[in-house]
Parts: sequence; C-alpha cells; structure tokens
Amino acid sequence: MTLQAVVIGASAGGVQALSQVLPALPADFPVPIMVVVHIPPRRDNALVDLFARKCRLAVKEAEDKEPIASGTIYFAPPDYHLLVETGGTFALSSDETVNHSRPAIDVLFESAADAYGPGLVGIVMTGANHDGAQGLRALCAAGGQGIVQAPATAEVATMPEAALAACPAARAMTLEEIEPALEAMVER
Amino acid sequence: MDAAVTGESIEDIEIQLLLDALYRHYHYDFRHYARASIKRRLLQARTQLGYDSISAIQSAVLHDETILPRLLNYLTVQVSEMFRDPSYFRALREKVIPHLRTYPSLKVWVAGCSNGEELYSLAILFAEEGLAERTIFYATDINPAALRAAQAGIYPLDRIRLFTENHRLSGGHSSLSDHYTADYDRAVFDKSLRERTVFSDHSLVTDAAFGEMHLISCRNVLIYFDRELQDRVVGLFAESLVRGGFLGIGSKESLRFSAHADHFADFVGDERIYRRNVR
Ligand SMILES: C[S@@+](CC[C@H](N)C(=O)[O-])C[C@H]1O[C@@H](n2cnc3c(N)ncnc32)[C@H](O)[C@@H]1O
Repeated sequence: MTLQAVVIGASAGGVQALSQVLPALPADFPVPIMVVVHIPPRRDNALVDLFARKCRLAVKEAEDKEPIASGTIYFAPPDYHLLVETGGTFALSSDETVNHSRPAIDVLFESAADAYGPGLVGIVMTGANHDGAQGLRALCAAGGQGIVQAPATAEVATMPEAALAACPAARAMTLEEIEPALEAMVER
Repeated sequence: MDAAVTGESIEDIEIQLLLDALYRHYHYDFRHYARASIKRRLLQARTQLGYDSISAIQSAVLHDETILPRLLNYLTVQVSEMFRDPSYFRALREKVIPHLRTYPSLKVWVAGCSNGEELYSLAILFAEEGLAERTIFYATDINPAALRAAQAGIYPLDRIRLFTENHRLSGGHSSLSDHYTADYDRAVFDKSLRERTVFSDHSLVTDAAFGEMHLISCRNVLIYFDRELQDRVVGLFAESLVRGGFLGIGSKESLRFSAHADHFADFVGDERIYRRNVR
C-alpha cells in the first residue's frame, strides 16, 4: 500500500521536535501531513505562522469540511478536535477534552486510521502525557505504520514510552531518522 | 460479499442501521451528522453503557425507550461556556446592538442552546444594553435534558471564574455576580433573565423555520453536520430572519459551503457574524 497521509502528535517539547522534521520535507512531498500539538486554547494559531516560515511545504490550519490536499501540512486549531472523514475531508469538533486535551492526538489518529487504513503513517513525539498511545494502536491495527520518537532522545519521554507500550509494532527513531523514513515510503 | 468488496466495515454498517432506526422510530435524525464524530461517540457509548456491539444498542433502544435519553447524551455534545469566545460577544455588543436598537421589538433565537450558557450570556448582554424589555428569546435544542438545564440556569460554582473572565473580556459593564446568587457550590442565575424566553424542543434537521427573527445565534452546532445538512440549516436561517437580520455562528464554522450563502453578507467576518441581505 502506498502512503496516503501522515499524522503527527506532539506535546511538551513538540515545537522543537517538529522543527527538526517538518522543514526537512521537500516541497514536492506528495501526501498530506496532519499535526496535533497540545497548545493552550487561544484563538490565534501561532504554530501556523511559525512553520509557514520554516517549511517548504504549504502550512495552514485545518478547517471544518475542508478537502484534504496533498503536499500540505495542516495543524489542528486550538480548542477543537481534528478528525478525518472517510471522504477525504476534515471535520472539527468541540467535544469534551480527551486525555485532558483538545485537540487530542488520539482523536486525529483514530479517525485517520479509519479513513486511510494501511495508507497511513502515524508519528508520536515528545510529551508529558499518554495522548496518542491509543490512537497509534488503532492506527497500527488498521494496517498503518507507527513511528515513535526514541524515548531517550525525547525532551519528555512519557508520551513516546506510552505509545511504544500500547503499540509495540511501532518503530522507535531519532528525529533525524524520521524525514528519510517518510521519503522512503512515498512513491514518485 | 466481504468487506473488501463493499469497502464498508461492519461497524459502519451497524452505525448506519442504528441511525436509520432512530429516525424511523423516534424521528431523531442523525443520519447527516459528521460521521467520524458520531462514530467516535457511539463507540464510546457502546463501551460505557456496556453493550457488545452497536447492533446491541440498536436493539435496546428500539425496545426500551428509557435508553433513548442516555443515547442522546452521546449523540449530542453538551460542551459550552458563558461568553464563549468573548470577542464574538464584544462584536455583537459593539457592531450589532446599534442596529438592533432601531427596532421597537426584537426576537432572538439561540439555536442549539445546550445547557443555556449562550442564552444567559445574550440575556445579560441585552440587559446591559437596555434591550431586554423589548426582546423575546427563543432557546431551542433537541436534547430534553439540556433544555431542562437551560430552563433551570444553574451552574457549578467552579465554572463561574471562567464565565466571569469571559464576560469581562466581552466588554460586559455589569458584574456577572449581579446576575446570580451563590448557593453552596452552585450559581443560580436570576429568573428575570429568562422571563422573556420561550424554551422549546426544536430540531434544525427535521423542524420548520421560525418567523421574523432579528438575530439568530447558533454556535458550534453546524460543525456537527455534514455539508448537505449544513446547507439545509443555513437555508432555514435565511428563511427565519427578517431582511437585514443577523446570524452568528461558531468561530470555526462558515457559510462558505452552503448554496444559501448568497442570502448573507459578511458583517463581522472574523467573528462569523453575517447579515441577511435585504433582497
Ligand atoms: C456543542 S453544543 C453548542 C452549545 C452552544 N451553542 C455553544 O456554542 O456553546 C451543540 C448543541 O447543539 C444541539 N443540537 C444537536 N443537534 C441539533 C439539532 N438537530 N437541532 C437543534 N439543536 C441540536 C446539541 O444538543 C447541543 O446542545
């Protein structure tokens, strides 16, 4: 199965970690990338501006009902969960927090696993909670591939450790290894 | 046929059947709600209510109507705050109220009012602006438990700090504490705030338009609908508003995908406040 989408979840230390991975992706990276970072519920999404300056790919905040385009990095808006619908569009929701977070990584990963099945790769990075663990397990169960930032290299190891425990099939990698691994999965 | 042929999982089939059953037996229509979220919540209901499958929920709810209210609490989302997104209420106060002032009497519809937080926010805002006396509020929802809570207007005291801060940021010029009495761990909002409110069970999906509204505030409800249903509901709002009336929706919602969008013009774009065109 060729890669159709990438989902990424990061929490404490996540902006740093993402800064090592996302800007390394080439401008012609051919699949969409969807990112949940735990951020305080503020209206303005500083992440989008920050990464738009650093990245070669287009960067934007995901909008409700928006068709998902390849070659774009989407961030979940603050205070909303981000979900993928099976028709290839986004949905936002203001449901209760999950793992004390909104957006929650589990919500994105589980819905994306449903939508993309084996065409999905999920990456769990540094963080101080367990969000993403259930989601990564669901993603792998649906045939997708799991990648986890190697806990010893993470600013906070709790979240990667929980993800590896919930989903032993996932591969642990350093941040430097992630971008080449993604490149190797896409077809050109 | 196996799943590889239909491309549909058993769970997806079960969900569709359950939603069909709810519609045919109870006339609750969730068939065009955003499916990923409905699925997530139904799987949660299955686990938390102790069923083995979605089909088991279907059987239970068809044969025992006391299951319905419990299921409704999963199918609808009761997350709200008073003065949620303070800048929205500030824009109503500063930009919309001056227009509303020119009418001798006003009708305001809070559609999808949940436990009433949005209604009381508007009632306080209208009281502060001196318009309460001439306004009738309509507060509607499909969840009977939420409507009862809205009618009661009682919130846990530990939520009041956030509400107070939101109210202040919205440009409120009374103190929120003028509008409720603290009773142990609860804040009981003044009856006077809802004296001129009609509460009713009304579905944006299956019920008809309301007449001659000057303002409709429907926030974080459209987001749960698919595009087709959003389209219908935006049409319903256009029909329910007076010409030149106002529509406010949630900060991540948009009229962009609706065929009825041409009935509206942006009024305060950033706050998703629209105005019904005169023609
Ligand atoms: C997330 S709450 C929004 C509460 C409030 N408007 C706010 O923004 O804080 C969504 C509300 O919409 C209600 N709702 C869902 N479907 C509806 C329908 N078809 N007609 C009317 N209300 C509906 C739910 O019961 C719930 O109270």
